[in-house]
Amino acid sequence: MPVFALVDCNNFYASCEKLFDPKLKNKPVVVLSNNDGCVVARSAEVKALGIPMGVPWFKLRDEAKRHGIVAFSSNYALYAELSNRVVEVMSQFSPNIEVYSIDESFLELSGFERLGYQAYGAEIRQRVADWLGLAVCVGIGPSKTLAKLANHAAKKNLAGAEGVCDFTTMSPAALDLLFSRIDVGEVWGVGRKIEAQLGAMGIRTVQQLRDADAELIRTKFSVVVERILRELRGVSCLDLQEVVPEKQQIMSSRSFGQLVYDLAELEEAVASYVAKAAEKLRNQASLAGAVQVYIRTNVFKPEVPQYQRAVTVPLPEATSDTRVLTRWALRVLRRIYRPGFGYHKAGITLMNIVPATNQQFSLFASGGAVDARSQQLMGVLDGINGKYGRGTMRLAAEGVEKVWQMRRGNLSPRYTTEWGSLAVVQAR
Amino acid sequence: MPELSVPTGPGVFVPLLGAPRLALPLGAVKVSAGFPSPAADYEDRRLDINEYLVRNPVSTFFFAVEGDSMEGAEIFDGDILVVDKSVRPRHGHIVVAFVDGQRLVKRLFRRAGRVALVAENPNYPTLDIREGQELEVWGVVVGKFKRFGA
Repeated sequence: MPVFALVDCNNFYASCEKLFDPKLKNKPVVVLSNNDGCVVARSAEVKALGIPMGVPWFKLRDEAKRHGIVAFSSNYALYAELSNRVVEVMSQFSPNIEVYSIDESFLELSGFERLGYQAYGAEIRQRVADWLGLAVCVGIGPSKTLAKLANHAAKKNLAGAEGVCDFTTMSPAALDLLFSRIDVGEVWGVGRKIEAQLGAMGIRTVQQLRDADAELIRTKFSVVVERILRELRGVSCLDLQEVVPEKQQIMSSRSFGQLVYDLAELEEAVASYVAKAAEKLRNQASLAGAVQVYIRTNVFKPEVPQYQRAVTVPLPEATSDTRVLTRWALRVLRRIYRPGFGYHKAGITLMNIVPATNQQFSLFASGGAVDARSQQLMGVLDGINGKYGRGTMRLAAEGVEKVWQMRRGNLSPRYTTEWGSLAVVQAR
Repeated sequence: MPELSVPTGPGVFVPLLGAPRLALPLGAVKVSAGFPSPAADYEDRRLDINEYLVRNPVSTFFFAVEGDSMEGAEIFDGDILVVDKSVRPRHGHIVVAFVDGQRLVKRLFRRAGRVALVAENPNYPTLDIREGQELEVWGVVVGKFKRFGA
């Protein structure tokens, strides 16, 4: 029988901010989304104040002042670096890891039974705390869905001890009781829509879903929901996805720091997104067969005129050349741009991605020589940008000023990724 | 330069112009046809400053020093400290500590029920941790380095 653990960092972004700043000890801390829009992470103190996830920051200003809440812009460089360290520590505990998100990983624990899973989970938790100063919760179960649910139970203190919950050693009666107290909506993969539909059938708790008729669930919903049910029964249906499949799509998009009205500014933004996505594309040795461009006004301000449009163009032949991709993206942008609107967001998606080795030349393809030169040029471009920082060398289409760039009002230093941003210790 | 004519046809293979090149390290020693050189196994060894300063990379962080209170321990203003969180702090270790909202570097004193942070400069007093005062020993200083502007 396989055994999985889900290890999840508590309040990850907020904890990263607190790690290096002693002034934040016991202080309520929130981290805001791009452009300082909404709350995307809350420290324990903020959760205790009853402030929910996703609240727009401007609505919180007064309350924040009253409670002394400290808000940070998202410091992805810091979070990503610490996330990699957490994964590295966890990989000492299992050879099989699936990094599920920036703050969650599944570990296969089969074979470590002699040590006792609860104790093993406690050891993982202790080591991450000692070595990195970050708190994690560990959920353990015979399927990924149960491991995730056990993690929820550990985090909410519903079962287990000290942030670790092991379903494999709990008695059936104890599990029944626990499952009868957890809403079915907490189950991994049960979204709001399915939760409502299950509710209409009288299935409201985890226990009720687990004990429902599998055939009925399959016919009413899908094999996906039936699989969830089987996983709840302890039948593992989902394997670890250790190797991240090459991305089938590469997206690059951002909200603007301020509304953009001008086509020229939009062009610069789109060109820079293409540059970024194309670099990723080349990094995974792939080519894109289509480009999508979209622009939209601020949907959260219904009082202003609204417009949005997304258009995809297939390319005559798959490419990873920034110049070609930019040319097509700008052509699409000019076609969908309408003057008179305040644009809030733009983005591009590279699609129909294939490995560079599978390239299909078109009937009218320019042939190998041009292609080789393009490859050389892009190699130089990536080399220079890798060495001196992204954007050092770029197409003129990307512009110089980038007035449309993200607003990040209170960004903490990149403590772990820039020599100039190291935290200072006082010798006084 | 006259253009090269490249023979083509079935069974004729020509090098692809501009094909990606892979840089391979050249052996540092000549290959001898007789006994292998005793140095052959050592050609790729180089001293790595990371290896010297950082024992456990995953738990190691860097901090910049400001001030002169640790000069007796050869820690100077502008030095960069190598701090390893995986080392269990003990009496006598130099540590990075969080106290009263400050990030400090001091020597940890922990003996006979007394906990204190000691400076290595007679101009600075010892900071005794009082009952109820929170001390977080963030990590143990295991090294330091500095680059000169030469």
